[in-house]
Amino acid sequence: MNPRAAFALLGAVLLALFVVGDVRRRAGLGAAGRRFFRHPPAAWGLFILTFFLTVALAAPWVAPYGPSITLEIVALKNQPPSLLHPLGTDLYSRDVWSRLVYGSRVSLSIGALAMLVAVTVGAVVGAVAGYVRRWVDTALMRLVDVGLAVPRIFLLLMAIALWEHLPLALLVLLIGLTGWFGTSRLVRAEVLTLRERDFVAAARAAGAGAPRIIFRHILPNVAAPIIVSAALGIGNVMLLEAGLSFLGLGVPPPMPSWGNMIADGAAQLATAPWTTLFPGVAIALVVMALNAVGDALRDAFDPRRATA
Amino acid sequence: MAAWLVRRVAASGAIVFAVVTFTFLLLHLAPGEPFLPGADTPIDPAVVTQLRHQFGLDAPLPVQYAKYLVALAHGRLGESFALHRPVADALADAIPNTLALAGAALALDLLLGLALGVYQAAHARRLPDVGLGYVTLFLNSVPTFWLGLLLLLVFGEWLGWFPVGGVVDPVVHASLPWAGRAADRLWHLALPALTLGCVGAAGTARYQRAAVLEVVSQDYVRTARAKGLPERRVLLVHTLRNALLPLVTLFGLSFPFLLTGAVLVESVFAWPGMGKLAADAIFRRDYPIVLAAAIAASVMVVLGNLLADVLYAVADPRIRVHGE
Repeated sequence: MNPRAAFALLGAVLLALFVVGDVRRRAGLGAAGRRFFRHPPAAWGLFILTFFLTVALAAPWVAPYGPSITLEIVALKNQPPSLLHPLGTDLYSRDVWSRLVYGSRVSLSIGALAMLVAVTVGAVVGAVAGYVRRWVDTALMRLVDVGLAVPRIFLLLMAIALWEHLPLALLVLLIGLTGWFGTSRLVRAEVLTLRERDFVAAARAAGAGAPRIIFRHILPNVAAPIIVSAALGIGNVMLLEAGLSFLGLGVPPPMPSWGNMIADGAAQLATAPWTTLFPGVAIALVVMALNAVGDALRDAFDPRRATA
Repeated sequence: MAAWLVRRVAASGAIVFAVVTFTFLLLHLAPGEPFLPGADTPIDPAVVTQLRHQFGLDAPLPVQYAKYLVALAHGRLGESFALHRPVADALADAIPNTLALAGAALALDLLLGLALGVYQAAHARRLPDVGLGYVTLFLNSVPTFWLGLLLLLVFGEWLGWFPVGGVVDPVVHASLPWAGRAADRLWHLALPALTLGCVGAAGTARYQRAAVLEVVSQDYVRTARAKGLPERRVLLVHTLRNALLPLVTLFGLSFPFLLTGAVLVESVFAWPGMGKLAADAIFRRDYPIVLAAAIAASVMVVLGNLLADVLYAVADPRIRVHGE
């Protein structure tokens, strides 16, 4: 690792610490913020997320080498972690830390984008089903039943394996389109109770149409459970991407994603375990952080929930 | 209850039917063909035509679909394109392996998860709870197959305590006595089941801890404590009975998780189960196997949900099913 990269890494850590401290100070002023930080893992989670976000954005500075640069194919192949290569090198003599840094861009954006698709579709379907009810509700919820009856990885395997050489954007879209079923049930349940409230009746009396009532009056009130399920869902997508890559169907090499780094390393597990170990640790850290923050957000949004 | 059950079973059947239809369309409308003279597998075009005719792939799609449904109604799943054997035989070989893996994992998941969750709740917010909380959070967040790879590396490769894959030892298994064969199977099952079970148990423990803590704050528990019952009895008898209810739901929900995990874990441990069969078949465009696997998977998921609903209605007298 060269001084520039080490310095940039230190900067990322300090920035993340500063952000967590700052958020904590501001959040301490409100009841919801205090509930959020009552979970010790929440602060850790926030730190990890900020850190990896910074690293992803500043990848060219934090990474000592490019993501696909083969350094010295004979001499530097499968080197164990050292001062020069903090996480070792892989089969093609590429620096694992650099690939991890650039891989964070791919893995985090796949997680966020696919979740955005899933949450959008899930919220709209759930809201429409819950508000319109009758046959629309029945039809949509039967669709959800069917979607939940096939394990998601089966659906994705079928879709991806059959359409060979799928562009990355379509992969993200597909992951999103197989992940909205749970969210739509959640949103529908909330909407079913909200639609009977007086403020909805008032909006209707004032002449608002169904789309306006759904999007301007009802959905903002369902924001909290949607945000929580999104935070937990991003982690799920990242795990799914890793699994698909392991089966050879995720992000195509040489572009590094944490999933395909594990998959590449798995073939030489016994000779160079670090190539498998570290990307997995990175996924575990981010997913842990998302789960911790999601749990804490759930408590922060809901004052009645027993604090555990 | 009977009428409700009939309706639920009918709805479950409809779901499986929809899955069959959807899978059929997805497979046949996708670009690509199961028999293609590729660069590495040169086939005479005449043979391709003959193969397509033999498997009925040259018929119009609605006809193929109708034929498939009729065969399915007679309990025929067809011939595999690639394995040169009936699909039913291939499934019959794979399903017991997956059931053994998923069953062992589920048992570990529920027992370990329950024990950990209750233990954590009993020590809520103290060191054992906080420590275990981080452990379960970690296990709940790792890719299942990555955990499998690590266990494989440590216990299979470095320590050599467990075999690195397969269902039985290919060399000595046949020559072992009855007890030895059973032990051989268990020995091979240990690592994959541990992988899948630990990840599941972490989720169950987190869930169960919250459930116990919620019940503990209720008045009747305070009463039980007030009349001087030992804490062990309050927790394990009075509280646990009600705190077990969410576990019933979790049991039903864990089927998709187990099947998904099985696809990857079976790959890691070279475990010849349904997940591996289906994944291989998808890559080979072996439509009959993929369809049969989709049916089997959706039947398992739907049965799991049905079982959970029935158990819930039986376990909780407050639940009133519709139409009663």
